Amino acid sequence: MTKIIPVGPYHPLQEEPEFFQLHVDGENVTDIDITIGYNHRGIEKLSEARTFDQSAFLVERVCGICSTSHPFAFVQAVEDIGKIEVPERALYIRSIVGELERIHSHLLWLGLAGHFLGYNTIWMWAWKCRETVIDILELISGNRQNYAMFKVGGVRRDIDDNDIPHYLKLLDEVVPALNLFRGAVTDDPVIRARLVGVGVLSREEAVSYAAVGPTARASGIAIDVRKDEPYAAYDRIEWEIIVTENGDVYDKVILRVLEMLESVKIARQCLENLPGGEIDANVKEIPPGEGIGRHEAPRGEVLHYVLSDGSNMPVRHKIRAPSFQNVPTNKVAAVGETISDAAIVLAAVDPCYCCTERIAVIDTGGDRRAACGDELIRLSQEKTRRIARRMGREIK
Amino acid sequence: MKEILGKMKHKLGVKVLDIRTHSPARIYVELDPADIRIFASFMKEEGVRFSTATGIDTGDAFEILYHFSDDGSGKIISLRVRISGRENPCIDTISDIIKAAEWIEREIWEMLGINFKGHPDLRRLLLPDDWPEKVYPMRKDYVLPEHERVIVENDETTKQDTRNKEQDTNNHQ
Repeated sequence: MTKIIPVGPYHPLQEEPEFFQLHVDGENVTDIDITIGYNHRGIEKLSEARTFDQSAFLVERVCGICSTSHPFAFVQAVEDIGKIEVPERALYIRSIVGELERIHSHLLWLGLAGHFLGYNTIWMWAWKCRETVIDILELISGNRQNYAMFKVGGVRRDIDDNDIPHYLKLLDEVVPALNLFRGAVTDDPVIRARLVGVGVLSREEAVSYAAVGPTARASGIAIDVRKDEPYAAYDRIEWEIIVTENGDVYDKVILRVLEMLESVKIARQCLENLPGGEIDANVKEIPPGEGIGRHEAPRGEVLHYVLSDGSNMPVRHKIRAPSFQNVPTNKVAAVGETISDAAIVLAAVDPCYCCTERIAVIDTGGDRRAACGDELIRLSQEKTRRIARRMGREIK
Repeated sequence: MKEILGKMKHKLGVKVLDIRTHSPARIYVELDPADIRIFASFMKEEGVRFSTATGIDTGDAFEILYHFSDDGSGKIISLRVRISGRENPCIDTISDIIKAAEWIEREIWEMLGINFKGHPDLRRLLLPDDWPEKVYPMRKDYVLPEHERVIVENDETTKQDTRNKEQDTNNHQ
């Protein structure tokens, strides 16, 4: 008999609600319904009544975590229309901001993943480490989030060369913490027992759902816009694209940890080799035409399409965020797992966590029971403790 | 990418209405809406990743751009179809060929009112349940409700945003 457990869809604390309905047979998830749209703000429509300069600020508000991803893709789309050359220094600064954002976004995710699993120490440590990264962003842009660094033709703020040694010192402080997380994930038998083989997204399924970013790369698909279509300063420095093969939650965790170390490498090289010169091409007019801009956000490819008629506002502005492609993969990744694994599996695509707080388990046997995300996290944490006890370990 | 375009011309040449290369990495291929399923199957066979689709209201007609990303070469091929007629715009679904297109077709359907024939689950994705039937917010002739309009008109920043060319250059600073 199938039961459906609803969780959500509204949670007073979090943004971006989503509503998952888990169809369960006993403890096992047999199907999943995903309902989105609770946080639709009509930004594409709003953009049609904003100038190209204003839209860069507008799209920064699409996501509160990866706030620079959308302006990054948007300004590149507009630059594609006019084939605008961006000064070298601005390209480097763009990459620095993009990579710092990736580190703090992955750290946020890692912390929450730790919390879902009952490893609250990882949660606290990851978020403490994240503060250092956000400090650098604040020193560069003046803001912890929504940096307002991007404009068509360049960046809005320069980096003072005298500050670079301090930024490098702060970045160095992040590395030991990241290595600690790598060790914590790879060496801990309980985490392995909890995550290996759980929530598997096969390569074939990832292709058919056209998954992007870490969700695709953890399934062995080597795609990364930064490598495939190099932009900003990504082709001017040395770095590796991280790919793992198994598609389970464990691979998604380790992939993100390794990616953060690569991001430190990129940011460090950009800071060390920051070329001199202008930071803005001083674009006056956008010609009629259409352009597409892409950026590899922490969660995957962001795509913006902009159509211009030669006025100062776009005629059409299409935004596609990575979660739009990644969230539907839960239909295969979560099915077949137990309810206690659902929280971490649904969180593994990094759908802006709040999403996981809105899971619904439906009981079609007549008994419809609303549970909250907290309950799923509790189930998940209990499972970790059970595994740990079996292994004679203690989880803090 | 060259190869894919070459193959496309070779295999589907007569069906390709126009190819426009905006830049080496941005290629726009125009085709008849009746052929979209053939092209979608072709792209899938070639292993090109479906990225998303954009629906555009051009005033007298609708356009859909299907953006495909060839990750090996870093290029984007956008397949463009023009759907004429504002009354009952309709095109075949590609979501049974490319599963990843399921959500975006639902979005274009509710936002622009373009019907996707054969879509397995054509229901609202983003709009709220109490949104009125047959009102499509992304259409250019969509009129904001009265109370919303007042807010926009009183907003000083949007007041300056005119499509007047002369002011345009001043505002762009």
